[in-house]
Amino acid sequence: MESATIALLAAAIVAGTPILFAALGELMAERSGILNLGVEGMMLVGAVLGFIFASNTGNHWYGLLAAMMGGGLMASIHAFISVTLRGNQVVSGLALTIFGTGISGFMGKSYQGMPAADPFRPIAVPLLGDIPVLGPILFKQDALVYISLILAIGLWYILFRTRWGLRIRSVGENPAAADAVGISVSRVRYICTILGGMFAGLGGAYLSLAYAPSWQENMTAGRGWIAVALVIFALWNPLRGLLGSYLFGGVEALTFRIQTIGIHVSSFFLAMLPYLLTILVLVLVTIRLRQEAGAPRALGVPYDREER
Amino acid sequence: MRKSKLGILMLVLALLLVFTAGCGGQAEKDQGQADTEKIKVGFIYIGVPGDAGFTYSHDQGRQYLEKEIPEVETAILENVHEGADVERSLEQLIQDGCNIIVANSFGYGDAVLAVAKKYPDVKFLHCSGLETEKNVSTYFGRIYQARYLSGMVAGAMTKNNSLGYVAAYRIPEVVRGINAYTLGAQAVNPNVKVKVVWTNTWFDPTKEKEAAKSLLETGCDVIAQHQDTPSAQQAAEEAGKYSIGYNSDMSKFAPNANLTSPVWNWGPYYVKTVKAVMDGTWKSEAYWGGLEDGIVDLAPISDKVPADIKKQVEAKKKEMTDKEWDVFTGPIKAQDGTVKVPEGKKMTDAEMLSFDWFVAGVEGNIGK
Repeated sequence: MESATIALLAAAIVAGTPILFAALGELMAERSGILNLGVEGMMLVGAVLGFIFASNTGNHWYGLLAAMMGGGLMASIHAFISVTLRGNQVVSGLALTIFGTGISGFMGKSYQGMPAADPFRPIAVPLLGDIPVLGPILFKQDALVYISLILAIGLWYILFRTRWGLRIRSVGENPAAADAVGISVSRVRYICTILGGMFAGLGGAYLSLAYAPSWQENMTAGRGWIAVALVIFALWNPLRGLLGSYLFGGVEALTFRIQTIGIHVSSFFLAMLPYLLTILVLVLVTIRLRQEAGAPRALGVPYDREER
Repeated sequence: MRKSKLGILMLVLALLLVFTAGCGGQAEKDQGQADTEKIKVGFIYIGVPGDAGFTYSHDQGRQYLEKEIPEVETAILENVHEGADVERSLEQLIQDGCNIIVANSFGYGDAVLAVAKKYPDVKFLHCSGLETEKNVSTYFGRIYQARYLSGMVAGAMTKNNSLGYVAAYRIPEVVRGINAYTLGAQAVNPNVKVKVVWTNTWFDPTKEKEAAKSLLETGCDVIAQHQDTPSAQQAAEEAGKYSIGYNSDMSKFAPNANLTSPVWNWGPYYVKTVKAVMDGTWKSEAYWGGLEDGIVDLAPISDKVPADIKKQVEAKKKEMTDKEWDVFTGPIKAQDGTVKVPEGKKMTDAEMLSFDWFVAGVEGNIGK
């Protein structure tokens, strides 16, 4: 039983990691006031580019780099439309998702069904990997899992403990005030959105280079949307996002393990649970917390200096 | 302004040129065949040929057809999702001059029947379909026979007597495969159990890999699958355990783990059918061929499998190709121990096509 629980938790972390990358990216963008619904598309582009570059160079780190560039490039389109042109962020984000789905399928056509040349493999961290229970869960994973952990903690630190984070959050809460004290709203929003896209690209590459090392059309299978929901679930806090993504991953891992021990629960029912939780959290947030922990107040609102 | 308009015109012209040049290559192929009736076979695929799975196997069949009957021309429409686009895609193939249409997914059925009514001179071959018409044949293979053989290999190679099966959907085709696999494994190893996990997918690499991993964690040491991605194979490879592929020879995805794969081999059927159309002897039928026709087969068995097991598999295969014996011959017990097929009886095709129970030895819920 103990080993089964450890295996389940380890699988939860693996399943949660692609969502975590994407959610962290989205969280950063939303903290600066930009709602980017193109996560799914950016992940797919990251996944396909990561796979293509890793197969052609034989080195997964090049793949990772390409995935980040791809995600960042996609996000810069969104940033241009929502910051410079002050366009509708919902429409632009949705377009990005549809565009990403199409172009990733197009680019990856000849790579369908090919085995990955150099996938990420689990690396046991010396000493830490030997800790009972916690070791096999946390410290016998692939390099990207460690990177995602560092990113989550790092992002939390930057957002809530540094001047930089304060700037990002102020741009998301009240861009006019931020502008008044000399913060460049567009620059902060551009940086956050593009970095966010890079994170989403990483999430996609995790799927195609580590989780199931191969490229299949539409292989994100809705994980980008889970990431968008997760940001709300996490109340725009990276550490809660970390827990949330492992919770979502845990449910995915549980779906099959529950079958192997012979309990019959509909897999459709289990797949629905995290979303039910998201709705519940949203309801609670709007009823109880309202101002303190809700969404960045300027989320999705284009900033126009002239309109003050 | 003028300049930019001219630019657009040039661009359009250039595109047209590229487009017609691309088409020209195909059209030229069968000039000189003007006397005999020109045969063009249009394939409409649910996936893309590179997927290593179901569509890949069909495209191998198409290439085989082109090789065997060089005067036949083929056309492909790939990645056509079941739904509103199917009828339009079928008509497009017919407009392009196809007089035989191959539709490779069950869900194309309604569209195929509707379009077939409109074009009575065009012949339709609908894979895994249920309904035939005067110009619509259905075809499928008895892949369960190959599944049985792969089960024998798995049953011989397991150390824990525990096999894992990553199952797709709860439909008779999948249930039949699990049962055949289990019976095959039990034939060489009576103590063997088969654990089943459902993914409710045909094509989701991460889910299928996760399902395979969950089976490996419970102690299964040979993993079989019914989906079109090789991710269950990769899970077995990473865990250092064995696996059985499906659709095509999946050994390239898991060179150490993969023992063999039940495979589709549509080529001979396409050749036979197209020849019949050319001779004018074609008649609509519901074809369900087995090992004897070569439409289903077992991929080469890994060297890790002992020679005497390979011999046993060969012997069983011969019994089936000679039609002396088939997989679902009694006595067969259901999960709860009741005898479903008495000794000496054989299940009928109709019974097999509506399989909704597991044989004894399967651990899993069929969840009606």
